[in-house]
Amino acid sequence: MSVVLRTQGLTKRFGGIVASDDVSFTLEQGARHALIGPNGAGKTTLVNLLTGVITPSEGRIEMNGLDITSLSREARVKLGLARTFQINQLCAGLTVLEMIMMVVTERLGHGGRLFGRLDADRAAISETAAILERFRLADVMDERVDTLPYGRQRQIEIASAFAVRPKVLLLDEPAAGVPEAERKLLLDSVAELPEDVSVLLIEHDMDVVFRFATRITVLVNGRVLTEGLPQDVAADPDVKAAYLGEAMHG
Amino acid sequence: MNAPSLESRIRTSLTLSRRWSPFESLFWLFALAAFFIFPRQLLILNEIAILALFAISLDLILGYAGIVSLGHAAFLGFGAYGAGLLALHVTADPIAGLGFAIVISAALGLVTSPLILRGNDLTRLMVTLGIASLLHELANSLGKWTGGADGLQGITMQPVLGRFEFDLLGKTAYLYSLAVLFILFVIARRIVHSPFGLSLRAIRDNQLRAAASGVPPGWRLAAIYSLAAAYAGAAGALMAQTTQFVSLDALAFHRSADLMLVLIIGGTGYLYGGIIGAIAFKFLQDWIAALTPQYWQFWIGLLLVVFVLGGREVIYGGVGAVARRIRSLAPGGRRP
Repeated sequence: MSVVLRTQGLTKRFGGIVASDDVSFTLEQGARHALIGPNGAGKTTLVNLLTGVITPSEGRIEMNGLDITSLSREARVKLGLARTFQINQLCAGLTVLEMIMMVVTERLGHGGRLFGRLDADRAAISETAAILERFRLADVMDERVDTLPYGRQRQIEIASAFAVRPKVLLLDEPAAGVPEAERKLLLDSVAELPEDVSVLLIEHDMDVVFRFATRITVLVNGRVLTEGLPQDVAADPDVKAAYLGEAMHG
Repeated sequence: MNAPSLESRIRTSLTLSRRWSPFESLFWLFALAAFFIFPRQLLILNEIAILALFAISLDLILGYAGIVSLGHAAFLGFGAYGAGLLALHVTADPIAGLGFAIVISAALGLVTSPLILRGNDLTRLMVTLGIASLLHELANSLGKWTGGADGLQGITMQPVLGRFEFDLLGKTAYLYSLAVLFILFVIARRIVHSPFGLSLRAIRDNQLRAAASGVPPGWRLAAIYSLAAAYAGAAGALMAQTTQFVSLDALAFHRSADLMLVLIIGGTGYLYGGIIGAIAFKFLQDWIAALTPQYWQFWIGLLLVVFVLGGREVIYGGVGAVARRIRSLAPGGRRP
């Protein structure tokens, strides 16, 4: 297995607070890797470091052997690093079709075409069709994004990230807040992501984690507590203590 | 037998959203017909066409890219002075002047665009207001070139395309302005329906998502800002050429403020809002000024408050309610 994403000694300090503390971890090609940890463990900080929202105080990030530590967000997207957000980041005024089409035309490098015609862009249309079908959004493609129920919006969030054709996809709590009735559809489409996309799942919900992940990293207080197969992590007394501690202190 | 494939359904959906509707064709036919129907109103029709072009310019950045501006007159005035000075010192050919105004206004838009890329609505309002004030003061103090408070006088335009002389009734003026408005409208319509236009709407709705999808927001916004500046410059050139006069008023704050009102009346994000707003605004101004010559600003101000607080829905809804009531009075009509 080759490594697609690697961090070495990644540290981020906000004043006196160390939000990410010497995190070294690797994401393998085709992985279904979950990143878990109690509230305030530094999961979101790590995602923000990986995607370039914030720059690390120390350490480095490599993608396919390339140092991306100081690259911009857009440059990382072009290299194939995409993410979903914990809070949906959708374009409320667009239709589902337009939203996916926007991402696809951009990936194809057609986004700067001032006089291009969307309906004549065969490549973009066929790719958009495949994505709408994969995420079961074809029936609502002409609806405005903000008129759809939350579970559907969550689907669009993942579909938009997938539409940049990422090599690495970071899913930040994809199932959070999705009502039970819409959950299955969402988790199915996460489970059906193609093999060649390496997925890092940041999740609170243990059902989702154990259903989906083949490898788990546990973060506590910004540090990697342990990493391993799901059954080993589940049996680890330190992990239990970390979560129990959280449960006891609220 | 088979349902149409998803791809062809997508294509149809995309085609439908950019296709000309019969109403649009009617709209432009009527604009042309107005030339024959209102032969004594051509001067005000010309003003409407110019204001509509100016409003489309603001709609391009406000409605499609979410950039607010309280200083859009900067580009109008820049284009007007550019066209006026070119006519006085180089060539009085209208098309050359129009092209010149478009180029220099686009350049001014490009140069000032970094100032509006950062910050929020409030900083953008203040920065655009500041740029317009700067230009206004510059034009005032460079009297040697601009004529200062007296304005740029003595412009005599050559005939349009070497054939159509400008006349006192505004025949040539209206047709010339309408033709420029129509051509630039068609170009704008094409652009807002392009992949570029789609990426702008994505930036408008959610810059974070757009950036996460690989859209470079800075470049796209700079491009549309320059394009809008070019449109405003074109409106300025039409104004200078058809009135054969440019004054400091072209750069005045009330131009930018009125323009906001035009879009508030007509609506943003569909291009026709600028045209409809311009028609409504000019007629309101004319009508109110005829009723109360001294206090028309009072009524315009009141309307602004009503429109902004109540929204267009209140006014159009009110009209709809009245219409329903009238219908219900007719025999066989339903009670509301």
